[in-house]
Amino acid sequence: MKRNLSAGALALTIGVFGAGFAQAAEIRLAPEDGTDKLIEAFIMVEEGDTILLGPGRWDLADGLVLDADGVTVRGAGAEETVLSFKGQTGSGEGLLVTSDDVVLEDFAVEDTKGDGIKSKGSDVITFRNLRVEWTGGPDEKNGAYGVYPVSSRNVLIEGVTVRGASDAGIYVGQSQDIVVRNSLAEFNVAGIEIENCYRADVYGNMARHNTGGILIFDLPNLPQQGGHDIRVFDNDSVDNDTPNFAPEGNIVGGVPMGTGIMVMANRNVHIFGNRLANNGTVHVIVAAYPNDYDDDNYMFVPRGVYIHGNTYGEGGTAPDNEMGELIAERTGTPVPDIVWDGVTRIPEWLTWVAAENRLYIDEAEDTTFANAKMISHMLLPWSVSPDRDISNYAGSLPEPAPVELPQDAEG
Amino acid sequence: MTARLSLSFLKRALLAALLLGATTGAAAAVDDAAILAKKPPRLLSAFGFFADPALQVPAAGVLPFAPRTPLFTDFAEKRRFVYVPEGESAAYDPKEAFAFPVGSALIKTFAYEAADRPGGLKLVETRVLLRQEVGWEAWAYVWNEAQTEAELKIAGAKIPMEVPLPGGGLEAITYAVPNKAQCKGCHEVSGVVTPIGPKARNLNYDFPYAEGPENQLARWASAGILTGLPDAGGIPAVPDWLDETAPLDARARAWLDINCAHCHRAEGPASNSGLFLTWDEQDPVALGIGKRPVAAGRGAGHLKVDIEPGDPDASILVYRVESAEPGVMMPELGRSLSEPRAVALLREWVAKME
Repeated sequence: MKRNLSAGALALTIGVFGAGFAQAAEIRLAPEDGTDKLIEAFIMVEEGDTILLGPGRWDLADGLVLDADGVTVRGAGAEETVLSFKGQTGSGEGLLVTSDDVVLEDFAVEDTKGDGIKSKGSDVITFRNLRVEWTGGPDEKNGAYGVYPVSSRNVLIEGVTVRGASDAGIYVGQSQDIVVRNSLAEFNVAGIEIENCYRADVYGNMARHNTGGILIFDLPNLPQQGGHDIRVFDNDSVDNDTPNFAPEGNIVGGVPMGTGIMVMANRNVHIFGNRLANNGTVHVIVAAYPNDYDDDNYMFVPRGVYIHGNTYGEGGTAPDNEMGELIAERTGTPVPDIVWDGVTRIPEWLTWVAAENRLYIDEAEDTTFANAKMISHMLLPWSVSPDRDISNYAGSLPEPAPVELPQDAEG
Repeated sequence: MTARLSLSFLKRALLAALLLGATTGAAAAVDDAAILAKKPPRLLSAFGFFADPALQVPAAGVLPFAPRTPLFTDFAEKRRFVYVPEGESAAYDPKEAFAFPVGSALIKTFAYEAADRPGGLKLVETRVLLRQEVGWEAWAYVWNEAQTEAELKIAGAKIPMEVPLPGGGLEAITYAVPNKAQCKGCHEVSGVVTPIGPKARNLNYDFPYAEGPENQLARWASAGILTGLPDAGGIPAVPDWLDETAPLDARARAWLDINCAHCHRAEGPASNSGLFLTWDEQDPVALGIGKRPVAAGRGAGHLKVDIEPGDPDASILVYRVESAEPGVMMPELGRSLSEPRAVALLREWVAKME
């Protein structure tokens, strides 16, 4: 049996929190109850409780924090229940979750000064049917990330919509066992970004009108690095035509407008069955980490990337920024559907790359490709032209097993 | 300016010492049950931490202390106290906060200088960290206008007020009393609520007690509330960040340690940044030198690295300490103003870095 508490009874719940209720409570809140009640509910909520947010709009001056395990926060819908942080004066994000077994669903977070909804160190965390939006549209003053699990495990993101993030709409960082599906990311710098993650499935998503659609990155000098076993499939990454509005200094600030899918570093990345169209710079690009770094444990080049069964529409006709120009200079315009920078470790450049570390491509016959051979180009600029023969990359890699999450298990 | 500040600190310390002396043997006593109760009392007085709350005179068994270099919180004055139950003691640790026994309390009052108030201080809030069986619990109490009582604020509070600046003058701010969840935003190590200040390196200097100055660690040991203190040598110490006779690097590192490293450490809330600013961090990249931001967003301020040696204007770390804008400023909790002396210190530190 669940205790049902009306808004009026919340004070009672808070008054007796020390009494040790064994049963899960439902805490019902409406905007008329005021923001203090909402803040108190997030603080005093106990393991297993559900916070039910009624329709309407809360205006919050400070971020919310959820630190109790097993809590569900459920609104009346991503358009109906809105937590607005337009007047935020403190905290880095709108909602921060630091506990395990948490479900966030059916509400919206708008106009946070920093990130939208963040989870740090959570195990089994679900973001479902949420909307995170900066309502003024793309602006470098918008927060960096919309939905932002980091250092988390068993992450499920589904049915969310993110608009206006000045870094990545859906950003999963330094996490393990991740599913991002059936979500919409638009008008962000990066639509969906998986960074320094182990085992991620990204599928059924729409990434449109971002600067770059879907990014799979691995960066140095971080507690978790060496991202691996990533599947990106059955997504649409189209019309990514928003000029890059990331504040300079961030790695996505270098992503050219009109990038469909970009793989930077990482091991064992599978890109298949996606639909790419109207990406002005390039549909799929595979590249090394471009900056100097000091980290002996970091692998700066992608290891084992398999691209197959994707469909490609118009693209590559308007290469953007320095990276786009660099590519176009090597490949000509329109830029081919798939571009690899051709960067390997120097010993490999002198000899060969082991089979499991190579790039493999199996696409329809009319798919265009270029290996820009950037190392050779820099060392011997007068003699090297790109390798455009896609058949040189025939072959395949064994696919990682699907990510299995407790959230998807029966019951 | 430093000399003047030190003098004013000494005057206040002297006043506190006189008051302490005057109330020795006061009947006030700490209520151990209130510290251990699962439900916090609604009023601060229920703990019995103070013999005279308005003057911040502690009850018997409650000892004042201060870290050598403090956290900056909008120029607030702080009065810190430690209470360890009779017959118990905290265990010394060379690096981390001491391990306090169940029933201990750390008490920190935030106040501003105000000539018209008793003791020259307007009390704003008192935060308590209570060591219970399950771990530390954190609560904030906000003082009433008469400064006779403080009331529990679970959801925190925003208090519009004017605060005195160190260079003179007043500044209007919205003072933020943290809610319980925000307390953990800083007081967390490996997911567990943890004190920050009571570490060996912060307490290892002479504090102006009523009976005269004495090394705090020695005093804690002789008072029986700290065990395991090494006999001699090997105890780390940070300098006073405002002490211009101390090495620049140590002053900057001391400031970063107490202001940033509770989050920016491998076990802290900002572990994912890879920027680690603890006192003993040796890896230059982890300290931010040549390190690119990972999740800074607009906090990066168009700059490429956390610290560009020799160039404070190209260093994100300086930019974020200088900012007072939510979403940019660091630390992100506990302040709405920036501290120009800290900015100057960090600027000099980075400028002289090779």
